Amino acid sequence: MPRLPSLPKRYHSASVWGLYGLGLLPAAYAFYLGATGRLPGNPVKEFEHLLGLWALRFLVATLAISPIRDLFGINWLRYRRALGLLAFYYVLMHFLAYMLLDQRLNVPAIFADIARRPFITIGMAALAMLIPLALTSNNWSIRRLGARWNTLHRLAYVIAAAGALHFAMAVKVVGPEQMLYLGLVAVLLSWRLVRKPYLRRKRQEANAPARTAAGRA
Amino acid sequence: MPSYRLPRIVSSEITPEAIFLNRRTFLGAAAGGALLAGSGTGLAATLSASKSKYTVDEDMTPEADVTSYNNFYEFGTGKGDPAANSGSFKPTPWTVKVDGLVGKPKEFGLEELLAFPIEERVYRMRCVEAWSMVIPWTGFQLSALLDKVEPLGSAKYVSFETVVRPSEMPGQSGFFQPLPWPYREGLRLDEARHPLTLLSVGVYGKTLPSQNGAPVRLVTPWKYGFKGIKSIVRISLTETQPPSTWNLSAPNEYGFFANVNPAVDHPRWSQATENRIGGGGFFGSNRRDTLPFNGYADEVASLYAGMDLRANY
Repeated sequence: MPRLPSLPKRYHSASVWGLYGLGLLPAAYAFYLGATGRLPGNPVKEFEHLLGLWALRFLVATLAISPIRDLFGINWLRYRRALGLLAFYYVLMHFLAYMLLDQRLNVPAIFADIARRPFITIGMAALAMLIPLALTSNNWSIRRLGARWNTLHRLAYVIAAAGALHFAMAVKVVGPEQMLYLGLVAVLLSWRLVRKPYLRRKRQEANAPARTAAGRA
Repeated sequence: MPSYRLPRIVSSEITPEAIFLNRRTFLGAAAGGALLAGSGTGLAATLSASKSKYTVDEDMTPEADVTSYNNFYEFGTGKGDPAANSGSFKPTPWTVKVDGLVGKPKEFGLEELLAFPIEERVYRMRCVEAWSMVIPWTGFQLSALLDKVEPLGSAKYVSFETVVRPSEMPGQSGFFQPLPWPYREGLRLDEARHPLTLLSVGVYGKTLPSQNGAPVRLVTPWKYGFKGIKSIVRISLTETQPPSTWNLSAPNEYGFFANVNPAVDHPRWSQATENRIGGGGFFGSNRRDTLPFNGYADEVASLYAGMDLRANY
């Protein structure tokens, strides 16, 4: 397996902050375009959809970190918290755009949507589940919660599935883009099922290379 | 209604000079249009149209929005796809075949369509996705065309079909096809004959751009936008209710009638309000209440007297 040159440790923290900056750029740029009348057609919807799509991208990226390490030996674990928090920020902005720009704070209409429209119910549930994860995304909480932290953060799987489903249910016809995200989330979640047996076998192969080589031949 | 009427003199055989000249203008523009074919706007010849009493006391949606933000799945499912992907579509030459339960089936060439009394009508357009526009269409009443073919007494419905041209319409080719083609729509005969029902050949005083359904499309302003079938090649009169594409695709979401109705929600979103497109930025587009029959209740509500509009959505 060819290895990427690893990033010197002194740049780790800067690269994480760089990721936050880069990650927030799409939202900032789209907000600038929308606020100055440069988004065509239906600017509020364009902005809402862009925020939702980036939220989904960051959720997928968050879930891709450990498969990438398992399969390719590339350790990007230091970026996972930033990716997860970016996903949370985008989901939150997506909801704020819906609440403030789209519905103009029409609270009864918002509650009716959440209660009566399954795709909005699912989206809201995902946002609600993201809140405890975002609040516990710090070293103190990890130390404090111990093993329970891992259990709690498995909610990320449910959230990603809810996000992809919300996207597919929001459109008139499920197209290639919705299929792509449903597929990515399905693959990333399925990996969690086969991960343990795969890693066990990989360890065994590493411990007994001669026997495995013989077995293959 | 009498099932037989005395044949009238076919007025289209005597072409008034003005219309003849108009036709020349159009054909000239069509030749020019071939040169512009990459521009995405197709033909953009000026159409002469008389003003009509049909107008709306609301700001018109800017032409740039009308021609760049719409649904026309034959060119892709994104709102910008029709404008972006319709560059190689050829709206001329064109014929519309009118057949079925009619006394005089006929194929209308584009120049014959342009010989109908063309007027400008400013209509509201309400998309089923809860956005809306105010659009100055140019066109003629569908009833004028139906009169020419003399529907039989047995005709109860009118069925419409969009062209199928995978080589010119990217949404009709490839791995992912969002809908079965051809796109179909239908109206009850009395709806089709209603004075509001327009066959549009232009918008904003020019021939229709390809992305808006060139060269001829339907406009029924009291119904959701998807009823406004584009790039029509066939109109058939039938005795039974014809299939309509969105109704076939999701019958619980899209009915045959598809009358704009703020009281009947789409299963996945509310139809009570709409987002009016146009104006700059986040604070320019505004949310407003959706009106029954899109504000045309005075004209069309009587067509549905006694019908349960919740069941017949």
